[in-house]
Amino acid sequence: MKKRLVIDKVLFSLIILFSFITIMPLFLILVYIIKEGIGIVNWNFLTGLPKPVGESGGGIFNAILGTAIICLMAFFMAVPIGVGAGIYLSEKKEGRFVELVRICIDILQSAPSIVLGIIAYLWLVKPMKAFSAFSGSVALAIMMLPVVVYNTEESLKIIPYSLREAAFALGVPYYKVILKVVIPSGLSGIITGILIGISRIAGETAPLLFTAFGSPHVNLNPLKPMASLPLLIFNYALSPYPEWIKQAWGASVILCFMIFLLNLLSRIGTKRWKVTL
Amino acid sequence: MKRLLDIFVIVCMIFIYGVCWSQSLVLTGAGATFPYPLYAKWFYVYEKITGVKVNYQAIGSGGGIRQLINRVVDFGGTDAFMSDKELSRSPAKILHFPTCLGAVVITYNLPGKPVLKLTPDIIADIFLGKIKKWDDSRIAKINPDVKLPNLDIVVIHRSDGSGTTFIFSDYLSKVSKEWKERVGRGKSLNWPIGLGGKGNPGVAALVKQIPGAIGYVELIYAGQNNMPVALIRNKSGHFIKPTMKSVSLAANISIPADTRISITNTDAEYGYPISSFTWIIFYKEQAYNGRSKKRAKALAELFWWMIHEGQKYNEKLLYSRLPEAVVKKAEAIIKDMTYNGKSVLK
Amino acid sequence: MEGIKDRIFRFLIFLCASTVILIAAGMCITLFINSLPVLKHMGVSFILSSDWDPVNNKFGILPFLVGTLITSFLSLLISLPFSISTAILLGEYLRKGRMAIFLQNIIDLMAGIPSVIYGFWGLLVLVPIVQKVEIKLNIIPYGVGIFTASIVLATMVIPYTASIAREVISLVPDDLREAGYALGATRWEVIRCIVIPHAKTGIFAGVLLAFGRAIGETMAVTMIIGNRNQIPKSIFAPANTMASAIANQFTEATSDIYVSALIGVGLVLFMVTVIINYAGRYIIKRLEIK
Repeated sequence: MKKRLVIDKVLFSLIILFSFITIMPLFLILVYIIKEGIGIVNWNFLTGLPKPVGESGGGIFNAILGTAIICLMAFFMAVPIGVGAGIYLSEKKEGRFVELVRICIDILQSAPSIVLGIIAYLWLVKPMKAFSAFSGSVALAIMMLPVVVYNTEESLKIIPYSLREAAFALGVPYYKVILKVVIPSGLSGIITGILIGISRIAGETAPLLFTAFGSPHVNLNPLKPMASLPLLIFNYALSPYPEWIKQAWGASVILCFMIFLLNLLSRIGTKRWKVTL
Repeated sequence: MKRLLDIFVIVCMIFIYGVCWSQSLVLTGAGATFPYPLYAKWFYVYEKITGVKVNYQAIGSGGGIRQLINRVVDFGGTDAFMSDKELSRSPAKILHFPTCLGAVVITYNLPGKPVLKLTPDIIADIFLGKIKKWDDSRIAKINPDVKLPNLDIVVIHRSDGSGTTFIFSDYLSKVSKEWKERVGRGKSLNWPIGLGGKGNPGVAALVKQIPGAIGYVELIYAGQNNMPVALIRNKSGHFIKPTMKSVSLAANISIPADTRISITNTDAEYGYPISSFTWIIFYKEQAYNGRSKKRAKALAELFWWMIHEGQKYNEKLLYSRLPEAVVKKAEAIIKDMTYNGKSVLK
Repeated sequence: MEGIKDRIFRFLIFLCASTVILIAAGMCITLFINSLPVLKHMGVSFILSSDWDPVNNKFGILPFLVGTLITSFLSLLISLPFSISTAILLGEYLRKGRMAIFLQNIIDLMAGIPSVIYGFWGLLVLVPIVQKVEIKLNIIPYGVGIFTASIVLATMVIPYTASIAREVISLVPDDLREAGYALGATRWEVIRCIVIPHAKTGIFAGVLLAFGRAIGETMAVTMIIGNRNQIPKSIFAPANTMASAIANQFTEATSDIYVSALIGVGLVLFMVTVIINYAGRYIIKRLEIK
C-alpha cells in the first residue's frame, strides 16, 4: 500500500522536475539576450543606420522600419483573403470544394518557411528582375494565411445560429448579416488569429533570404530590397566582428520584445490556451 | 468595416508614394563576401560625397554572377572571374574590372598561437584528409621551433559556393595533382573531409571556436580577428607571410586586357602564392530592363571612383591596392561601358 | 438590388477560398516544374545517391534526407519526456489556477521566440558547452553538428507537442478518471492506466505534427548543424538538413541545374512535411469526431 503512494509521490516530483526543465530554456535565452543586448539599446541604436565595420555606433532603424513595412504588406494581403476564406468555410461547412480548400490550407500550413522563400523567388523576384520587400511579404502572407483562415473559421463557427435567424427575420440581406452581425460577434477571435499570424511571421528569416535581400539604407519602396530585423540578426550573428555580434544581441532584444507584445495582445482576446500550429 | 477600408486606401497610397519617391537612385549590387568590408566603407563614403546610394549585399560570388545574369542587380562582385563558358551563357556581354587584391590565408587554432610554415604539398594533404594530426612528422620537420600538440586536425571549409573557395582550390589544383584529380577547382566542392561554415565569417568563427581547427579565409578576416596565419612556400622557394605588400607583389606579372587572370602560385619572386584579384562585373550595354541613362552614368562614375579615390581606403582595411598598370587597364574597361551603343563616360 | 450585393458578396468569399486553392496548387506545380531538369538529369539517383557534387553536376540528396531524419528524430526523442511531463502537469494536476496560466503563457512564449534567435543563442552559448563535453568524451570537438542542432530543435518543438498532448489529455472523459479513483487508484495509476492509454493516439498525432515542424525548421538548424554535405557518421558529426542545404546554397548556385537541384530538395522537403502533417491532422480530426 505504502509503496504505491511513494511511487505516486516520486513520479509527481519527476513530472514537476521535467516541466521545470522544460521552461528553463526560455529563461536561459531571455536572460542571455537581455544581459548581452540591453546595454547597446539606446536612442541612437533605435534611430541610427548601420555603419561599416570598424566604426563604432550604428543603429538598426532601417531594419525595424523594414520589418514593420514587410509585415504590414503581408497583413494587407493575408487578412482580406484569409478572413474571406474563413467566412466561406464557416458558411458552407461541407461539400467537395470545402474539403479541397481545407486540404489546401493544411498544405499551406505545413509548407516549410524556406520553401515559401523559393516560391516567392520563383514567382516574383525572377520575373520582376529585382529583389524586393514585396516578394518577401508575399512569402510571409502565404505563411500567415492559414492561421487567419483557421482562426476566423473557428471563431465564426461558434456564433449561435439563432443570432443570424434573428437578423434574417428582420429582413436584413445576407451580406449585411455576415458583416454587421456575425463578424462583429466573432471579431475578438478573428483579431486574435491575425495577431498570432503576425507574431508568427515577424520573426521569420528563411523566406526573406532570397526575397527582401537586405539594405543598409532606409527604404520605403516596396519594390526594392529592404532590411529586416531577423535577417539582420542572422547576418550579424554569423559575422566575426564583436561589434556586429553585440548589435545582433541588441536587435534580438527588440525583436523578442515586439513578438512578446503581439503575443500578449493576442492573449487579451482569448482565455483559451492553444499554440496555433 | 468602413474604417478598415480607409486604412487600406491610406496604406495603398503610402505604397504608391514609396514607389514614386524612391526613384531617387539606389544602385544594387550583390556578390563576393571577401571585399564586403571595403565595399561597405566605399559606398558609405560615396553616399556622403555624392548622395548616390549603393546597396551591396554579400551573398557570395556565385550569387553575384547568377543575379547579374538574371539581371536582378546593377552589378555583381566576384572573387573568381567568369569562365568563357559562363560568359557565353550570359544574355549580353559582361565586363570585368578588378577593384582590389586579396589573399586567402591558412588560419588555425592551436594553443599559444604559434606561427607555422607550410608547404603546398602539406596543405593539400591536410585538406585531402591524409595528414590527420598536428604533430605529424612532415609538419614538425619544417617547423622545428614550434611545439606541436597531439591534436586532431579539424578541417573547416566553406559551406556555400564562394570565390574564396575558388581561389584556394585553384591554388591547390596548380600545386597538387591528386587534388586536381580528386577534387578539382570550383566555387563549391565535394570536400573529402571537414565541416563547413557559411561565408568567410562563418569559417573564421568556426576556426576560432574549435581547438585544432584549420581553415582558409581571406586575409582581412584573419587580420581583424587576430587569428594566426601560416607562412607559405611559393614557387621560388621562399616562405612568404601574407601581407598587403606580398599580395601586391604577386600581381607583378603581365595582365591581359580583360583582366581575367588567375595569379595564384605566382611567378613573382616575393609574391604570396594564394593571392587574387576581386572583380566587379557589369553589362557592357547598360540599356536593358528600361534602365535610365542616369543610372548607367551613376554606375560608371561609381566604378571610376572605386579604382581611383576609393583606393586610398584599401590599406586601412587591409586590402592591397591595385598596381598602377592594372588601374590603367580597368579605366579602359569602364570607358567601354555603353548606353544604347554610345559610351557613357567621355 | 440587395440580391446583387448578396451575390457579389458570396462571389467574393468564394474567390478568397479559391485563392487559397490556387496558391497551394501553384506552389506544388511551380516546385515540380522547376525541379524537372534535375529529376531528368539524375533520375532515381536524385534521392538514392549520396554524392552531392555541384562542381561535377552530381546531385544526390541522400545526405540531406538522412541528416534531416536523424536530427528531427533525435530532437523528438530528447523533447518527449519534457513535453509529456508538461502536458500531464497541465492536463491532470494543474487544470486551473494562476500557476497553470503562468506555465501556459511561458510555453506559449517559447513557441514565439524567432528561430533565428534560437540559432544565435545555440551558436554562442550551447556550442561552446557541447565542445567541452566532446573534448571530455575524446571526440573531435566540432561543437556544431547533429547533436547540438537536435537539442535546440527539441526546445523549439516542445511547445507544440505539449500543447496538443495537453488538449488530448483534457479530452479524456472525467467519468473514467473518477471510476479509477473510486477503485482506490493513486493519481499516477490513473494517469498511467487510464489517461495515457486513452490519449495515446492523440499524443502520437501531436508528436507527428512536431516532427513535421522539426523537419522544416530552417534558420536555427542552418546556424548550428555544421553544413557538411555527407552522410553523418555519428550524432556529433556535422551534417546538413534539406532546409539548411537550401538556405546555404540557394543564392550561391550559379548553373541552372544546380538551382533546379536545390528546388528539387525543396520539393522533397515539402512533400515529406505535407504527408507527415496530413497524417497528424487526420488522426486529430478523427479523435475530435469521437
